[in-house]
Amino acid sequence: MVEKPDTNREDAGPRASAMSMSDLDAWFAREVLPLEAALMQFLSRNWRNASDIADLRQDIYVRVYEAAQKEMPLSAKAFVFSIARHVMVDRVRRERIIPIEAVADLDSLGAASDEPGPDRDVIARDELRKLQAAIDRLPPRCREVVIGKRIQGLSRHEIAAQMGIAPDTVSAHLTDGMCALADMLYGEEEKRS
Amino acid sequence: MTDAHAEAAHSKADARDVERRAASWLERRQREDWNASDQAEFDAWIGASLAHRLAYVRVDAAWSRAEWLKDVHPLVSQSAPRRKMFSPLLLRVAATLALAAALGAGAAYYFGRPRDRIYSTPVGGHEIVAFADGTKIELDTDTVLRARMTTKSRTIWLDKGEAYFQVKHDASHPFVVIAGDRRVTDLGTKFLIRRDPGRLEVALMEGRVRVGAEGEKSQSALLKPGDVITATASTVFLTEETHTALARELSWRRGVLVFDKTPLADAAREFNRYNSVKIIIADPAVASMTIDGTFPANNSEAFARVVRNALGLRVERHGDESVIYR
Repeated sequence: MVEKPDTNREDAGPRASAMSMSDLDAWFAREVLPLEAALMQFLSRNWRNASDIADLRQDIYVRVYEAAQKEMPLSAKAFVFSIARHVMVDRVRRERIIPIEAVADLDSLGAASDEPGPDRDVIARDELRKLQAAIDRLPPRCREVVIGKRIQGLSRHEIAAQMGIAPDTVSAHLTDGMCALADMLYGEEEKRS
Repeated sequence: MTDAHAEAAHSKADARDVERRAASWLERRQREDWNASDQAEFDAWIGASLAHRLAYVRVDAAWSRAEWLKDVHPLVSQSAPRRKMFSPLLLRVAATLALAAALGAGAAYYFGRPRDRIYSTPVGGHEIVAFADGTKIELDTDTVLRARMTTKSRTIWLDKGEAYFQVKHDASHPFVVIAGDRRVTDLGTKFLIRRDPGRLEVALMEGRVRVGAEGEKSQSALLKPGDVITATASTVFLTEETHTALARELSWRRGVLVFDKTPLADAAREFNRYNSVKIIIADPAVASMTIDGTFPANNSEAFARVVRNALGLRVERHGDESVIYR
């Protein structure tokens, strides 16, 4: 990555980011990831091709992080949605194969940062229910492995012995479970029953 | 930045693949045999692109948050299909049974007449009493019951608390539970009786029971599985519960309390049955907030932690009281 000196920035002083990468990682997990459900909803409303969305999100995250390395935003939410908008517009311009109607209405994206996404209190309150629902929704074998590892603190060999399966199968279930938990925890709107 | 971004876009694999590889690294890093060369390989992977790094940060953050479940899901057995995983619980039950046998049935001691025995549990206690006829009675917290087993009949007095009965039916030896002024007659069955001051609840899990007023055979109701009778001094009403609701009633047998949109006031009352440190909620706005989850019954600390983290409330300990504030 090439850092361009940003000569236009006048208020650089107090907000200039001098954070270490691990601080930035923590900021990202704390401020950006909880916005993921709202972001995914925003993307799927505005981007017709659902199979692009995971890639779009990845691009958005990379750009958010890069920009935060230079300067920490005051509001993570406005920042993330404004970058999301740019990423979508960029894609439409760069990849001519995407017909213009792939993006519902580029101009209307301007309202994105005012989206009534979840506020942090609500996130905290729902998180416990989300976690439990997420665990309950894992496929049975996968859930059993995740519970053994995360809740009972068993090693992969202990789980393998208890379930009568190979350690590599345990690892595969665990990897699946970790991916699924991240998606359910961050990426999905809560489904209320 | 646009160049760097375009380059990253070209070099990256499909985003889903990256996420899966990140999870796979997280899994590998938790193995006992993780070593320096694995670490070097991992450093190279995570340093190769910000997309890798962020996918890792994301899956790692989710996995760390799932640690909360340790507080609320100590046994998690109700959703897990195989029992093998929960051997610690089974061992505990087995140990209780062994201890009960060694002591001549739990906390029992002779009381007056030789055939009356008293079984009791302290606050937070949980005992299983196995009788020679194959009947099992599980005592929940703060419970006292007396048993009189004769060659002709089997009679239990539930003096206070809650117990779950798994009765070996034997028509020639009727099994009767007397709770205050009510009488529950077994007709081959599993049932739960909870006696609180001024209130009695009988829930039938399997088989049949007859519930009537003590000493008076005419007024009685025959329960079918799923039926719950709640009786106070002035009223008796019958409700039908779902399987899930009944399972929740029995969650104490696993040492847990299960809440489903339960007001904090009710949750606190349940905890207070099991713990000497009492949870106090004075603020009605807090009392009416609801909570979900499965909690270890004997760990009000875990409950307090969840209340703090998930509901953003303050918890202060004053002597034997844990006071929850906004």
